Order: sequence, then C-alpha cells, then structure tokens
Amino acid sequence: MSVTDRVIAIIAEQAVLEPSDVSSDSTLEDLGIDSLGLVECIFSIEEEFDISVPLNANVPTESNFDVSNVSLIIAGVEKLLQVQKG
Amino acid sequence: MHRVVITGAGTVNSLGHNVADTLAAMREGQCGIGALEFQDVERLSIQIGGQVRGFETEERYNRQQLSLYDRFTQFTLTAAKEAVAQSGLTFSGELAAKSGVILGTAGGGVNTWDQNYRLVYEEGKNRVHPFVVPKLMNNAAAAHVSMEFNLKGPSFTVATACASSNHAMAQAFQMVRCGMTPTMITGGSESMLCFGGVKAWEGLRVMSHDACRPFSANRNGMVQGEGAGIFVFEEYEHARARGADILCEVAGFAMTSDASDIVMPSKNGAARAMAGALADARLNADQVGYINAHGTGTAANDKTECAAVAGVFGQHADKLMISSTKSMHGHLIGGTGAVELLACVMALRDGVIAPTIGYQEPDPECALDVVPNSARDADVNVVLSNAFAFGGMNAVLALRRL
Repeated sequence: MSVTDRVIAIIAEQAVLEPSDVSSDSTLEDLGIDSLGLVECIFSIEEEFDISVPLNANVPTESNFDVSNVSLIIAGVEKLLQVQKG
Repeated sequence: MHRVVITGAGTVNSLGHNVADTLAAMREGQCGIGALEFQDVERLSIQIGGQVRGFETEERYNRQQLSLYDRFTQFTLTAAKEAVAQSGLTFSGELAAKSGVILGTAGGGVNTWDQNYRLVYEEGKNRVHPFVVPKLMNNAAAAHVSMEFNLKGPSFTVATACASSNHAMAQAFQMVRCGMTPTMITGGSESMLCFGGVKAWEGLRVMSHDACRPFSANRNGMVQGEGAGIFVFEEYEHARARGADILCEVAGFAMTSDASDIVMPSKNGAARAMAGALADARLNADQVGYINAHGTGTAANDKTECAAVAGVFGQHADKLMISSTKSMHGHLIGGTGAVELLACVMALRDGVIAPTIGYQEPDPECALDVVPNSARDADVNVVLSNAFAFGGMNAVLALRRL
C-alpha cells in the first residue's frame, strides 16, 4: 500500500468510514473526528510508519505538521518519512 | 451547622519544602519548573516539570519507613507534620477517636509501580519487594498520616484526577461542618514525575515543551508538578476555645459533573461549581476578590474557565483577580488543589495575590485580570479555589477572611 492509502486507512478507521469515503480535501471535522480522535490518528500514524509527529494538541496550527485536511496530513507524513527514515 | 476554619498548613512542592518558602516564592513570582531528572528522561519528548529538589529522604525517614513510603507518601507526611505542628493539636481520647484524614491523589504510588514494572518487565526479575502493594496503594499516604498522628476517625482517599484534593477537602469540610468531628486532616499529594508517569501524559499531546503560561495567548500546554499540601480543618468554636491561630474560614463548596466528555472541559459544569460554592457559603458573587484558577495553560481549559467566570460573575468578573499558580509549581494533578489553597490563604491572611507568571500575550478569550507576572497587594475578604478534572468532575471551595 502507498503512504496515501495507509494514511487514509488510518483516518477512515478513526472516522468509522470506508476508505473510499475519505477524500483528499476532507477536513477531519468533515469526517467527524474531534480533538481526541486527532490525537489517536496521530498515534496510529506514528505506529504505522515508525515516525515521530510533532503535534501539540493545544496549538495544532503551530506544530509544523498541518492537519487542515487529509492531503496535507499525507504530505506531512511523506516529509517526515524523508527526514526521519530517508 | 458549624463554622469551619483552617488552623494548620503544610506543603512540599517545587517552590519550597514548607509553607513559608512556598509563599515567599509565590510572592516573588519564582518558577519551580525546570529540567526533569530521572532514569530514561532522554526517551521523553517532554523533559520539564515542577520537580521537588533537595528533598533528602534519608534524613527524614529511616530505612524501615522508606521501604513503606512511596514519594507521594513522603511528601504527605512531611507536609502533615508541618500542618499539625502549626495547629498545636495533639490527638488523644475523644478528639483522636473522632478525627480522621481525607486526602486526594490521582495516581497514588506511581513511582513504586514504575520502579517495580521496570524490575519485572525490563530487568526480567521474578521477585519484588514484599511491601510493593502497601507502598503503592492510593490510600497509603492517608493511612500513614492516621498512624503518625493517632487519627482514629473516618479516613480515606479520594480520586477525581485533577480535582482530587478539592473533592477531598470539600468532604473533610462537610464532616466538620455537620458536627461529625471537631477536626480533620485533609489535602492531597501526587508524585508521577517518573518515566512511565510522564510518558503516559505525553500521549495526550497537551503538555508544553517549554513553559506553563496560563491565560497567555501563546500558551501551549500544561506542565506537571509534584508534591503535597496538607491542612488542619477545625470547628471554629473548638479552635477559638483553645486560642488557636486561625488562618481563614472555609465557607462553602460545590461539586458538579459535566456528564459530557472524558477530557474536554465544560463551561456549564465549571460555572455551576463556582455558583454552587457561593450559594453554599451564602456569599454574593460581588464579594469575591480573588479566584485561584484551575488555569492549566492548555488551550481548552483556560478559555473555558474564563468564559465560566464571566458567566457567573457578570460585570464583577472585570473587578476580581484570577491567577494560576500552576505557572510556578506546575500541575500537581491530584495534589494541585491543596497546594493552590496556600495561595488562597496568602490572599486572605497576608493580602498578597500570587501572580500568573510566564504571561506574555493577552488572549481575548481570557480577558480577565490574571495578575500577570508580579504578585499584587490587595485587600480581599472572599476567595474561590477552582479544580476541574478529566472526567468532567469539578470541585470549588469558597474561603473567607476571619
């Protein structure tokens, strides 16, 4: 599975949706994922890819990891994979 | 209904190992938060906390005691000794039979859990010390206080996460007020600054990497502390008859539950607790001069708490002072309300309002007088102490100058 598919699978599971229902421009809010759900998603991503995601739930906008929508989360994971696993 | 006063106080926390040093540090706006020191700290992403330093356990307790006292019990006993000594009480006869100890803690002997899990899982040992269970149990600290001071009445431990101490003190207050007992020892303690304790908190992603800045627009989370705060609650006539030095009156309390979310706070639950404490104390909102805030420095708590204060106090919200001393000693979780009650006592007795340090940028969602960065002299007669816990469990105490 590609990075995109793996991230979407994690988000879909959190949202209790099929991966096909998660589009790249969906926001977590659109998908019904709240702040606790976000923290769980990030945990799952860290476990799946063995990376460390710098997200502070108090200031998600200033955490250097953009969670504004699904495609930005995927882009962020790809960047972290390059830096931390490249 | 009897009136209830405080006749003794004791503490150990990152600002000081007694009340005098702690209040002096609060007056000076000192910060007790620094780099954490314990095994495996380098594997944590959060490496700061309000750790108690220079607390020489070997000088305070003998070998047999240390085999039974987790760090949260050690802090409790030292603080209790100070509080009982200040009260001048000795417990014997009927007073001993009626008096007890109610303490708050969220985690109990977390260091003992951590050390012994390390032994059996990481080091592969198949044997642990015989006293692991009596050392780590949540009621260990209360039990040792009852034994140390001969308290034979009702004793137990309350666990409501970050509101544990306030729930415990409210319960002790109620017992003295209704005439069950002339005195109670109460307060709380916590010590979860160890690898497992901080690692668990890290997971929630609500901890700050650099500082606790309650109410500041650039706040980025909470910082953990450790320690204990212990008080002697005494029936007013009992205290007066023996000429005790009265620190202040405990006038009322309220407890509420949000019944909504396991971690997100609720404005309504917080507001009902503050309004309820005032009603219980038969006080009007405009009599309150100072609120010791829950003020964790998280995005969610601080704006919710300020909105709740604005809702309860209306226009008077702009006249009262509200500060969070967690900026100095960190968040003591189950012990936090007890250490923070010291700031309330200082406000009533000494006329000094402890500041919210680390305050850098105003936040329009926290537009109250948060006593930024420097302590202030002020004449206040009534104060509130807020505690709003995970689980949506809230407890607020109202205190009055006497």
